[in-house]
Amino acid sequence: MTTSFIQIEGLSKSFTLHNQGGITLPVLNLVDLKISSGECVVVTGPSGVGKSSLLKCIYGNYLATEGSVHVGPPETALDITRAAPREIVNLRRYTLGYVTQFLRIVPRVPAIEIVMEPLRILGVDLDEARERSAKMLARLNIPERLWSLAPSTFSGGEQQRINLARGFIVEYPALLLDEPTASLDAENRQVVVGLIEEAKQNGSAILGIFHDKEVRDAVADRELLLKELGVAA
Amino acid sequence: MNILSPEAHSKSSADGYNFAFLDEGTKRMIRRSILKAVAIPGYQVPFGGREMPLPYGWGTGGIQVTAGIIGPDDTLKVIDQGSDDTTNAVNIRKFFKKTTGVETTEKTVEATLIQTRHRIPETELSEQQILVYQVPIPEPLRWLEPSEAETRKMHALYEYGSMYVRLYEDITKYGHISTSYDYPVIVNERYLMRPSPIPKFDNPKMDNMPALQLFGAGREKRIYAVPPYTKVKSLDFQDYPFEIQKWEQSCSLCGSTDSFLDEVIVDDQGNRMFVCSDSDYCADRVREGTSQVKNNHQDTDVRGQE
Amino acid sequence: MDEPILSVTDLKKTYGAIRGCKNISFDIWPGEVLAVVGESGSGKSTVLNCTSARLEPDAGTVRYATRCDGLKNIFDMSEPERRFLMRTDWGFVHQNPRDGLLMDMSAGANIGERLMAIGERNYSKIRDDAGEWLGRVEFDLERIDDLPTRFSGGMQQRVQIARNLVTKPRLVFMDEPTGGLDVSVQARLLDMLRTLVSDLGLAAIIVTHDLVVARLLAHRMIVMRRGEIVESGLTDQILDDPQHPYSQLLVSSILQN
Repeated sequence: MTTSFIQIEGLSKSFTLHNQGGITLPVLNLVDLKISSGECVVVTGPSGVGKSSLLKCIYGNYLATEGSVHVGPPETALDITRAAPREIVNLRRYTLGYVTQFLRIVPRVPAIEIVMEPLRILGVDLDEARERSAKMLARLNIPERLWSLAPSTFSGGEQQRINLARGFIVEYPALLLDEPTASLDAENRQVVVGLIEEAKQNGSAILGIFHDKEVRDAVADRELLLKELGVAA
Repeated sequence: MNILSPEAHSKSSADGYNFAFLDEGTKRMIRRSILKAVAIPGYQVPFGGREMPLPYGWGTGGIQVTAGIIGPDDTLKVIDQGSDDTTNAVNIRKFFKKTTGVETTEKTVEATLIQTRHRIPETELSEQQILVYQVPIPEPLRWLEPSEAETRKMHALYEYGSMYVRLYEDITKYGHISTSYDYPVIVNERYLMRPSPIPKFDNPKMDNMPALQLFGAGREKRIYAVPPYTKVKSLDFQDYPFEIQKWEQSCSLCGSTDSFLDEVIVDDQGNRMFVCSDSDYCADRVREGTSQVKNNHQDTDVRGQE
Repeated sequence: MDEPILSVTDLKKTYGAIRGCKNISFDIWPGEVLAVVGESGSGKSTVLNCTSARLEPDAGTVRYATRCDGLKNIFDMSEPERRFLMRTDWGFVHQNPRDGLLMDMSAGANIGERLMAIGERNYSKIRDDAGEWLGRVEFDLERIDDLPTRFSGGMQQRVQIARNLVTKPRLVFMDEPTGGLDVSVQARLLDMLRTLVSDLGLAAIIVTHDLVVARLLAHRMIVMRRGEIVESGLTDQILDDPQHPYSQLLVSSILQN
């Protein structure tokens, strides 16, 4: 099980703020990383060093300044930095999952439908999607009475768990996790650890940022330490 | 209709006027339009409508069509709402009598040329006859689309969906199609046409009629035609098929149960009776009925003598 | 996904001395939603009108993947062909629903019109189909026989959307589909649109000045300024990591809550 699934080579990222005098902010510098199927790599480093930016570059949310990011089995991997938008959209549907810190809320959409959406996009029928989402929400200890409500009034922890449900509902072969346990209590942190373990067993390649040492120790196989200005250790 | 000889011309027309009022050049123009209309059944052909001695809305279109085709050997019948003796019918008949000297008649079977407003005669017409309709608004899509440019395009591209929408709305509102006269038809499976404000009761008569049917709209300056034996189908839905009006009553004068009946108030108490709208048809039936009764009496007399 | 559904090349349109748009090139693939974003005067409406055959460009081609003949320049088509396309394969959702509805016909008749235009002649079937589509846009079926003049803006817009979708178009053009609606109505409508577009696998071009709408509805985005495209790419990438100075200006102008 050592097939490389995520391959990052010479990745650099800097921002140029044209409307603020054209200053350039370097964030990542020549990052190299290989993650295999079934492996979980954790990114560590001081706050603001660029950990989230790394995940965003892999997801295609940020445009890399230099280097390449390949996702997928070696024969058919897609280079995110050079792919067409529709190829990235396709990758995000079937292959690459991403759990962010923040739940982007569309007003008035019920929690369960937020979780169902990635399944519906894959063509899973309404009833099955609903059933699977219900199971996931139950697992993450979201009480049933909240399922038909829009999450805008939920607590931070509840919103985070909706986010997690949505992120884990599809078994993605590659997964990016940005502080998945940030606002959770001990019990729910364990649920997340369980979800990550299962994903690993299913062969997912995982890159995560975990503030909590306990969770880190439970799931990480390797560590990537980012130093100031994003130089890989 | 023979080509007019100068003698016939001067003999039969009113002083100072050409035969049938219009000059020969205008008549030729009208005939060209008619030929085009006959070649494209249901299609509205623009024509150079002339000033007529009566205002728009009184049949100037029909009169111009009739004037374009009438000849000294024709026998003309003019009806309005099925009757030969309403003001309009009388005046138009007099007009043509004066300007052409042709024979006129009230009997449908004797006429070669029939000009009509708002009805088709009950008596079946023959291949030797021509029926000329007076049309107020020729464009069936006018109430749906005010732009002339757009309605022309719709006809050209066979885009008649909006007409069906109007019928759909009727069924939604009233449970049936509420249009009861000037009911739109498709002619020769191609053009959408307005048959003029005849009751929908008359629509089936247009289908496969042996006579030539010509339509003239004076104000709008359009001529259209349905050649003999042409398919004319009234618009409907598969599950709401076209239906004609029916009466519970029969004609008080002749007893007919399958002609179009007018309701007539007979006194101040509001008493009413139903009579055939087609006065000639009704009179014919009454004559037949009287002679039948006469025959019956004769039989009895004969028997009585035995 | 081997051929785009719409392919625009070097599109140019000027209004006298005023430049509507120029150097516009992009492709849309089946099932892809593209947002055309820009401020007033950017040329985005011109692009929408040219690509939807409502306006003839001065230069360039707009090729559509017809069902039988492959990619064909829509301006080389005969008018009947183009009009038929616009009534069946394509949809157009106007910003103001009044522009896209028959205001004096019932909601049901509005939806049924396209069906009747392509030859449907069974009243019950037309009404059933209309009802089904009204249901899909979350419209109260009790009001199927009411006139649009009695509906709120949001309801009118739902009817307009249903009217466009009833012939199962493959490509839908939208001009500020929720502009002019109350904010409370917009969100629900946007989400309904998003789900419908996704469920039906529609390709769409959406013109909007509202970046929130773009983020919600579109996979891809092009940013227009003074008639030209200044940036093009994934919607979330342009919104989170804009490259062009104008894009950065636009994005930074959204009030964050």
